Amino acid sequence: MNTDVLIIGGGMAATWAAIAAVEGGASVVIVDKGYVGTSGVTATGGPNHWWVAPDKALRREAIERQTAKAHGLGDPEWMARIIDLTWRYLPTLAPFYPFGGDGKGGTYYSGVRGSEYMRALRDYALSVGVVILDHHPALELLADQEGRIVGARGHALRGRQDWEIRAGATILATGGVAFRSGLLGSHTNTGDGALMAAEAGAQLSGMEFGPSWSISPAWASTRTLPYTAARYFDAAGSELNIPPPRTGHLHNQALGRALLAGEVFADLSEAPDELKPILHRIQPLTPAPFVRRGLDPFRDRFPVKLFGEGTIRGTGGLRLIDADCRTSVRGLFAVGDAATRELVAGAASGGGAVNAAWALSSGRIAGAAAAREGQARQRAPAAIRLGKVGLHPEAEVRSLDLGAANARINHEIHDYDRALWRREATLKQTTLTLDTLWRDLSRHGHATGADLVRLRETVAMTANARWSTAAALARKESRGLHERFDYQDTDPRLATRLLVSGLDTVRVTAENSQLEPA
Amino acid sequence: MIAQIFEEACTNCATCVTVCPTLVLEEGAKTPVIARADACQTCYMCEVYCPSAAIYVAPDQFARESGPFPLAAANLGVIRHDHGWDRPGEGDHLAVYGRLGPLLGEGVEIATRRYARDFGEAPGRGAIPVPAG
Repeated sequence: MNTDVLIIGGGMAATWAAIAAVEGGASVVIVDKGYVGTSGVTATGGPNHWWVAPDKALRREAIERQTAKAHGLGDPEWMARIIDLTWRYLPTLAPFYPFGGDGKGGTYYSGVRGSEYMRALRDYALSVGVVILDHHPALELLADQEGRIVGARGHALRGRQDWEIRAGATILATGGVAFRSGLLGSHTNTGDGALMAAEAGAQLSGMEFGPSWSISPAWASTRTLPYTAARYFDAAGSELNIPPPRTGHLHNQALGRALLAGEVFADLSEAPDELKPILHRIQPLTPAPFVRRGLDPFRDRFPVKLFGEGTIRGTGGLRLIDADCRTSVRGLFAVGDAATRELVAGAASGGGAVNAAWALSSGRIAGAAAAREGQARQRAPAAIRLGKVGLHPEAEVRSLDLGAANARINHEIHDYDRALWRREATLKQTTLTLDTLWRDLSRHGHATGADLVRLRETVAMTANARWSTAAALARKESRGLHERFDYQDTDPRLATRLLVSGLDTVRVTAENSQLEPA
Repeated sequence: MIAQIFEEACTNCATCVTVCPTLVLEEGAKTPVIARADACQTCYMCEVYCPSAAIYVAPDQFARESGPFPLAAANLGVIRHDHGWDRPGEGDHLAVYGRLGPLLGEGVEIATRRYARDFGEAPGRGAIPVPAG
């Protein structure tokens, strides 16, 4: 199969990119690991978009506020672009999404419910002629003799056949990595795009900024809307001293410490009265884990846990080298959570509104640029397959326990002690554990078909975990979402982005080489 | 995890097979078959998309629960209904959606006021020691 633009991934950034690429005159194919409409964390979520009217003073103030929140790593020009693109393009979804009133006689655009939003984006993409291949996970990128990306190969899960697509330009829109924490909707978020790009030599940036956390019933991850006013109790019924959500890291540390000591119970009875009768209308999925256990979430106390979000509400991802969302590999673009969001979120979480605006805007930008590039390129005659670990073992093939490996990776990244009290000793232990796992996968991992898809997910999570750990070790300070217990202050000399790259050997460098980490 | 597909209600349209993001289901003779429950992420998307309220997802996302499911009957089709997807035009199901942000913020305010009242000032950064040490 041949196309001008190939998009790997099927969430909001992928679909916005596809629509923009078609508008640019390109033929476009989306390959998604799941189903475009339900895949990824948007479908079960409710993205709010950064929404600022085109008024010079308002936008300047919004950008100034966001620049201050970005801890020295944001880029005001990028912020201005995404505010503008979001304002212009989100309303174009109106034929497919039932935007309601804002209570003031206007339309409420900025916040959308994920299930309807992703359904609308699918319908919009199909209506303009995007070819969508669901359940078509990509396994490796293809390059020409000069190292330029010319497409990808993968496996069609329902047809049980391998596929190969040649493209003039390729966009990675594979989302962030949740490391199989159980975070709602994140099972497919295993960082496959970053792995494939790294095999082509791409760099990542901002991998130390995370994780953030979602509080949920211990038996099921939900959205956090009903919990912001929660009180917390230990198993004996004594109220716990949990500093309020506004204290951010401290709030999570207090919960994490209590969870390591025993069960923690939430009491939501002090949630806003207005919310109680309408929660199911705002977030129909949120009450289900309670109702289906015969519980009333606003009356009954229930055990909770913190679900780690990996890089999803963090900011790390593939480094972009220009204003068109190109990665450091020719022919390869990255968008949404697969790309670094430091340009607009800096060191802080982009969750809330900036990440959604980023997904839409980076999708639009890369889609337009890839359309130009993809149509201009002649299709390469020969292609080199870039995939390595899981495809070409270095030693004898062994059967590997992927479930155990995935649980280990999640533990290394999201164990409360390690993640909430980041420090050199445990980061070094994690490095050793993950290096050993990487070596085992490199030497012995081999599979085909759907088994290869699962193996490559584990490989991708291992690689992403190693990059996150290496960046977290290198940044000997606290900044934004990166909180080091052994370096609690922000070091003005480290106001630079950290780039990570490499697979067998992971390298960390400062983007501004005059500001080297110690 | 997905628990049961009710044969009486299922029309075997296989929409759930198509829309499941982790391909848990396969087509079957009378109803789709739950072929890979271990891949189920309990996202309820199959229920949202099922046009005949035939699927029940049990609430535990980490362990497969075994039947019977006494609460299933009362919950079939409820999530789809709350999305508005079960009626033409989908009604006004998003009418209160804009309250999400303000209500999140209101909860944060409640917690902040209560903490100041019950516990006083929040401790400073680094005040909570390493649990293990």
